[in-house]
Amino acid sequence: MDHRPQAWGRPRDDVYGAYDASYMQTNQPNQHTQSPIVTGTSVLGMKFKDGVVIAADNLASYGSLARFTDVKRLRTFAESSVVGFGGDVSDMQYLDRHLTELAIDEAYTSTTTTPNAQPTLNARNLHKYLSKLLYHRRSKFDPLWNSLLVAGLDEAGAPFLAAADLLGTTFTSPSLATGFGSMLAQPIMRGLVPDEASVAQVTREQAINCVRECMKVLFYRDARSLDSYSLAVVTKDGVELSENEKLENQSWAFADRIKGYGTQTV
Amino acid sequence: MTSIGTGYDLANSIFSPDGRNFQVEYAVKAVENGGTSVGIRCKDGVVLAVEKVVTSKLLKPGANKRIATVDKHLGVVYSGMVPDGHHFADRARDEARAWRETFKTPISTSDLASRMGGYLQAYTLYQSVRPFGITAIIGGFDSELESPVDGEVGSGPSIGAGGKVQGSHGGPGLYMIEPSGMYWGYYGAATGKGRQAAKAELEKLNLSEGKLDLKQAVKEAARIIYVAQQDNKDKEFELEMSWISNADGPTKGRHVEVPKELLEEAERLAKKAISEDDEEEEGEEEDDKMEE
Repeated sequence: MDHRPQAWGRPRDDVYGAYDASYMQTNQPNQHTQSPIVTGTSVLGMKFKDGVVIAADNLASYGSLARFTDVKRLRTFAESSVVGFGGDVSDMQYLDRHLTELAIDEAYTSTTTTPNAQPTLNARNLHKYLSKLLYHRRSKFDPLWNSLLVAGLDEAGAPFLAAADLLGTTFTSPSLATGFGSMLAQPIMRGLVPDEASVAQVTREQAINCVRECMKVLFYRDARSLDSYSLAVVTKDGVELSENEKLENQSWAFADRIKGYGTQTV
Repeated sequence: MTSIGTGYDLANSIFSPDGRNFQVEYAVKAVENGGTSVGIRCKDGVVLAVEKVVTSKLLKPGANKRIATVDKHLGVVYSGMVPDGHHFADRARDEARAWRETFKTPISTSDLASRMGGYLQAYTLYQSVRPFGITAIIGGFDSELESPVDGEVGSGPSIGAGGKVQGSHGGPGLYMIEPSGMYWGYYGAATGKGRQAAKAELEKLNLSEGKLDLKQAVKEAARIIYVAQQDNKDKEFELEMSWISNADGPTKGRHVEVPKELLEEAERLAKKAISEDDEEEEGEEEDDKMEE
């Protein structure tokens, strides 16, 4: 019998034969984190003079299958910021729990009675935290497969809107869209708010109407989208989140003029 | 205590022959010297209040909070040894966090009271430790809404297997935990130096009838702290108050400090009520003299 320490606890070679070490390791790196499974599509956000509008539909797709149709992809944190999640839904759940814990920790040190004190978990700090977390995870080759929009107010009370993605890339703009929306909705939103200076002229109603219109365009053209969606408005008065919006006044009249795909004979 | 000096009070893990644990009783003495804490449970929320004795003029007003937030919907206040109270609050936060991690849902007020009761009781069992020198009041509001699991997406089937059963749940909770680990649920709880006067005032409110609303409770709590403080007027103190309402109420189910305006209003009314009482008493005394 082999009494060497490296043989302890192992099946005996003279009884079972040599252990097939190829079961222990593969020559490939882990791949289970390298692609999303259940996914959400675009998130849209737009600043207006008093705050930010953000929207995302209520669909979680399993590949091309519209698998879950009542998924809330806009999440409120610390009563003052909204994060819109695109990409992998399980990673979204992880982030939701993580940020909820963070918000509770922040609430331990209360600020309400101290003059000039501000909540530390404002939208800018939340976005900075998320982007660092996303970059850290991609550097571990274990990314959180999301693209996010963070909407809220910054420490000065001005509207804040910024994006972060699975690589840790960040950017900001008066209007932002992730996923397919960055191609279909972004040009429409830029028509209303081409630059930071124009934000001051945009009213809440204008911004909401523009975002609703973009959600409709996305439903027309994005095959992974849904006609029920969530819409949140963040102002200094807090977050108004509506999770059961329906696209209204749809017109599919353009559809029969589109030729060149599917089963139709041109 | 006739049994003092008999040796049965030297360690936690020894009973006296008549079945008492003296270390626990001494811990209660520590509580009885602490600033008064009060909790009121009313139909739409819970109020916590504490008389924070100012031990030095060099302390910044409003700093060094005595009421701690444990989870979104939970707060604790305590009378007795402040460092013990800090550790109690830290432990309560850990319990609330661990509960969320395990069950993906907020801990209920009763479950937190149970966990913390068990924790304090363990400190009455061993030679190597002493009991907590605090009596803590835990206040919370368990959401009456259909509360999602943390991180939940979607709501599942609305009918049939796996469908939700509608029912009412949640509500306000108020528990007081003593150094022995014993805890009860209360309509109104008071502990610390002025607890006798405070309890007498709480009883007058008839809280079990459920007529008092949250704003009134804030004012009553402030008044009770001032009444309980009457016996040692020479000591300066600060009033600290927090509250938790239901989801439709002013705090939207969260444990937060009472807003400054309301706190000042409540303090003003409390001082007025106290001075009116004083005048009545003085008047009576004068009447007595007249009769003489």
